[in-house]
Amino acid sequence: MSDRLRTTFAGIEFKNPVALASGTCGFGKELSEYFDLEKLGGICSKGLTLNPRSGNIGIRVWETPSGMMNSVGLENPGIAHYIKEDLPRMRSLDLINIVNLGGHSIEDYVEAVEILNKEDIDILELNISCPNVKSGGMNFGIETGCARGIVKEIRKRYNGKLMIKLSPNAKDIVELASMCQEEGADAVSLVNTFLGMAIDIKNRKPVFANVNAGLSGPAIKPIALRMVHQVANAIDIPVMGLGGITSWQDAIEFIMAGATCIQVGTGTFMKPDISMDIIEGMEKFCLDEGIKNISEIRGIL
Amino acid sequence: MAKIIENYRVSKDFFLMRVALGDIKSEDVRMGQFFMLRSGKNYPLLSRPISVFDVDSDSVSFLYQVVGEGTKIFSELKAHDNIEIDRPHGNGFPSVSGRIALVGGGVGVAPLYFTAKQLSENSGFNGENDIEKDLSDRANTFLETSIDIYLGFREEPALIERYEDIANKVIVNLGGFITDDIDTREYDYILSCGPTPMMKALYNKCKEQNSKAKLYVSMENRMACGIGACLVCTCETTKGNKRACKDGPVFLANEVFEIE
Repeated sequence: MSDRLRTTFAGIEFKNPVALASGTCGFGKELSEYFDLEKLGGICSKGLTLNPRSGNIGIRVWETPSGMMNSVGLENPGIAHYIKEDLPRMRSLDLINIVNLGGHSIEDYVEAVEILNKEDIDILELNISCPNVKSGGMNFGIETGCARGIVKEIRKRYNGKLMIKLSPNAKDIVELASMCQEEGADAVSLVNTFLGMAIDIKNRKPVFANVNAGLSGPAIKPIALRMVHQVANAIDIPVMGLGGITSWQDAIEFIMAGATCIQVGTGTFMKPDISMDIIEGMEKFCLDEGIKNISEIRGIL
Repeated sequence: MAKIIENYRVSKDFFLMRVALGDIKSEDVRMGQFFMLRSGKNYPLLSRPISVFDVDSDSVSFLYQVVGEGTKIFSELKAHDNIEIDRPHGNGFPSVSGRIALVGGGVGVAPLYFTAKQLSENSGFNGENDIEKDLSDRANTFLETSIDIYLGFREEPALIERYEDIANKVIVNLGGFITDDIDTREYDYILSCGPTPMMKALYNKCKEQNSKAKLYVSMENRMACGIGACLVCTCETTKGNKRACKDGPVFLANEVFEIE
């Protein structure tokens, strides 16, 4: 690989701008059987919470035209388990290690952040946008005023690079992103899943126990791209763009719309090593188009 | 991409697809495992987990039911078409010996053929030609494996003759409850695959009959990644949450049906 895809994101050097999205790659272990993880720019951990969570009951996945809905509900082993069992392996890899943190209350977030402050991680991705957790999660990320409280509090306490993951279900995602910048976040990532619904018409009941679930995949890509474009044009801190990226062409679109890095999520379910195809395709596009570095086409629209 | 050798209808809704194994070694495929299949098109989005029906030195067969868009696309593929088959996944059935019942419902019958074959090979039991020999020295070979297969279908049976070739006996139930046809006390092990209510009924029957049989069930939870990364197929067990695709699909029945 040349330096064509080398990217500086919030002062951190990525060998390429492609990361795996939280919740679609576990902690990298399973995917390492499919490709060399070190070819990635970065990995976002499965969404972690202070304490272990067993996640939601009932059906957790539902396929839709060009997409899927999930209602996992942040099933995860908790911060302490992650630090002991997965972080050492993640840290030994030559890639940017992004830890995704969710929570139910400001107290939970704060306690987790105090623990993570002592660990060597590259970026903390603060999830204020999970649609599948009844209290907290996305509720923090709908109203800018409510979100400000948590971003302010975490920024005050967290010493490292802080990226806020935004919900497309926010009332005003541009306002939300501007608030993150004002409160001192280093970056934002967007978008998380869109709130959707499916009904089992035979049983006359919602498919999901939580009624609503998060829609992802190519179905949401045009909307995600529009939001990334609007946000990137409104703020100065870098944007990590995601939402239905399944090809290198999609990735280039997000970069042109203003994303500095991109994340691949649901695409990995179509093909475990789809991120490798995306990186190779982006590299070749730059070569073919005479682009010396990907930053030349960033935010050109 | 793997080459389809043949793909044809075997009953009203069931199809049998045989695919070249390519780089995958046949000895790496265990009974009760599944592959993630996709047609090579981008949509439907997710690959489909399909159980292994049979394996030989250079091909793997899948018995599948057309239930939705994804399996309908599979059913339309022809010999020489390509399909993506992503490696064998999951733990598979345990290698046990003794008096064994395999109980399948609907398309859950699919993994039982290869399971019966592997279990017989493991014990030296080799289909009906050996039954007489087996019976003649039953006293000395109590742990010699004998396999009975119970197959439940809603409407039309599929490939019964194939199962009859490899089992001590095959019991077929059409439209009723296959669990009514088994005396669980006759077995050391029962391995089952099918709808969860069927497997749960089987578990309850084992309890009611005070059976000593150890019951293993293969769970059919909806999956997305199939490799253990996404946690959508999580199965609640007495030992905590397990991933049906990676830690399963086969679990001890009491671990999944004794959740408070």
